[in-house]
Amino acid sequence: MTKDECKQRVIDIIADIAPDEDLSNLKSDVKLRDQLQIDSMDFLDIVMELRKRHGLEVPEADYGQLASLDSSAEYLTPKFNALAAKR
Amino acid sequence: MQTARIVITGVGLTAPNGNSLAEFRQNLLNGVSGVEHKEVRYMGIQPAGVCHYDPLKYQKKKELRVGTRAGSISIYCAREALADSGLDFGARPTDRVGIYIGCTEHGNVETENEVFAISKFGYDTKFWSHYHNPRTVANNPAGEISLNLGITGPAYTIGAACAAGNLGLIHAAQMLRLGEVDCALGGGVSESIHTFGIFAGFRSQGALAAHPDPKKASRPFDKSRNGIVVSEGGCLYVLERLEDAQTRGAKIYGEIGGYCVNSDASDYVLPNPTRQADCVRRAIAHAGLQPRDIHIVNTHATATPQGDIQECEAIRAVFGEGCPDTYINNTKSFIGHCMGAAGALELAGNLPAFDDRVVHPTINVDELDPACALPGLVLNQPKRVGRVDAILNNSFGMLGINSTLIVKRFVP
Repeated sequence: MTKDECKQRVIDIIADIAPDEDLSNLKSDVKLRDQLQIDSMDFLDIVMELRKRHGLEVPEADYGQLASLDSSAEYLTPKFNALAAKR
Repeated sequence: MQTARIVITGVGLTAPNGNSLAEFRQNLLNGVSGVEHKEVRYMGIQPAGVCHYDPLKYQKKKELRVGTRAGSISIYCAREALADSGLDFGARPTDRVGIYIGCTEHGNVETENEVFAISKFGYDTKFWSHYHNPRTVANNPAGEISLNLGITGPAYTIGAACAAGNLGLIHAAQMLRLGEVDCALGGGVSESIHTFGIFAGFRSQGALAAHPDPKKASRPFDKSRNGIVVSEGGCLYVLERLEDAQTRGAKIYGEIGGYCVNSDASDYVLPNPTRQADCVRRAIAHAGLQPRDIHIVNTHATATPQGDIQECEAIRAVFGEGCPDTYINNTKSFIGHCMGAAGALELAGNLPAFDDRVVHPTINVDELDPACALPGLVLNQPKRVGRVDAILNNSFGMLGINSTLIVKRFVP
């Protein structure tokens, strides 16, 4: 999986948890919270959806890694790839 | 004790057969049922009263995703009621606005959904939603209104089984009289059709309606009635002290006349006609009226074989033969049992009678059960009457809670 593919997975999740938001101009390097109306419960949704849809666990200590699309991709892409290698 | 006069200045509702008072009333006068077939988890197709309001009229998609159906119904009704009342809080503080929502139950829908959801993950509770607690706390429907409208006054629910709709109104009137608030949103809501448990529970009791035609399934007083049609719905009223309503030139639907809430203290589920009659008598006395002064009695009757007979026994004991101008009807025959919303919705369906002097009927009575024959029962067709000055609304619930609310024609 590439980082761009990983970002798209995160965007797909955000589209469901923030359905009123326009995601077409989302900036990868800007914190999601600074460009979207999302709160801590929404971040828990991202964690839950990664778990449900992709079987991927994000420990609480690493929640900060999901701050932006870039940091999410940096953190999640190796995890997705490791998971794929196991399957 | 001198008490302030409390009046109704706004109505907002969603019923299975209407999303405004005008639409609801028109369908009650035209014999239009709102009961339809609905797929219920684990139970297949059941007759149910389903509301078809537009949730996006007052909520964002995210609010709908995070909140509950009961919260959404509450928001719709509250917004409609406030718009109807003409009240505009603008930038004024709203800490003197109270929100009092009657609920039969709350939280079952979300809990059932979560258990079902984790069943897809081997019942691993790490898949349990972090929204479960805010969705299932008992104050959820009232709290969602306060969030949506930015109302900072007291907002909570009143658990009173199927008497809850009346209780929301009664409590609102009490808080206004105590001076706790200056404006109150009171009534009841129900999301019950989204929990299989309530259907299954009634079926296990032998009290769930069944009929090939869903529109014929809810048939109080009919000889072949066989149980309750579970419905969702909501109805909230804006209540104010009379002087406040008059100061702002508000439209007044009616005045809270009197009420009573009591308990059977006799059984978990079986009604008690003696206590029901006590409740009705005390409400009439509280309103300073006599039974013959009541022109419409809206019954609670849910179409269970025994419950209808017992309520008729209570009504017979209070009104007897000496009340020639008292007419009796039932709204559940159109919309099923809207549980926590029932009392509030059923009152709303009758309020326009103060102006049009028409009593909506009880439909689906093909053969009247002789044990339910009451003088003044309005069957199948609406009835124009001489005058409507007082409407008495009965709502009873499990664990033996009884409520009677009387609304009087407003006379300055």
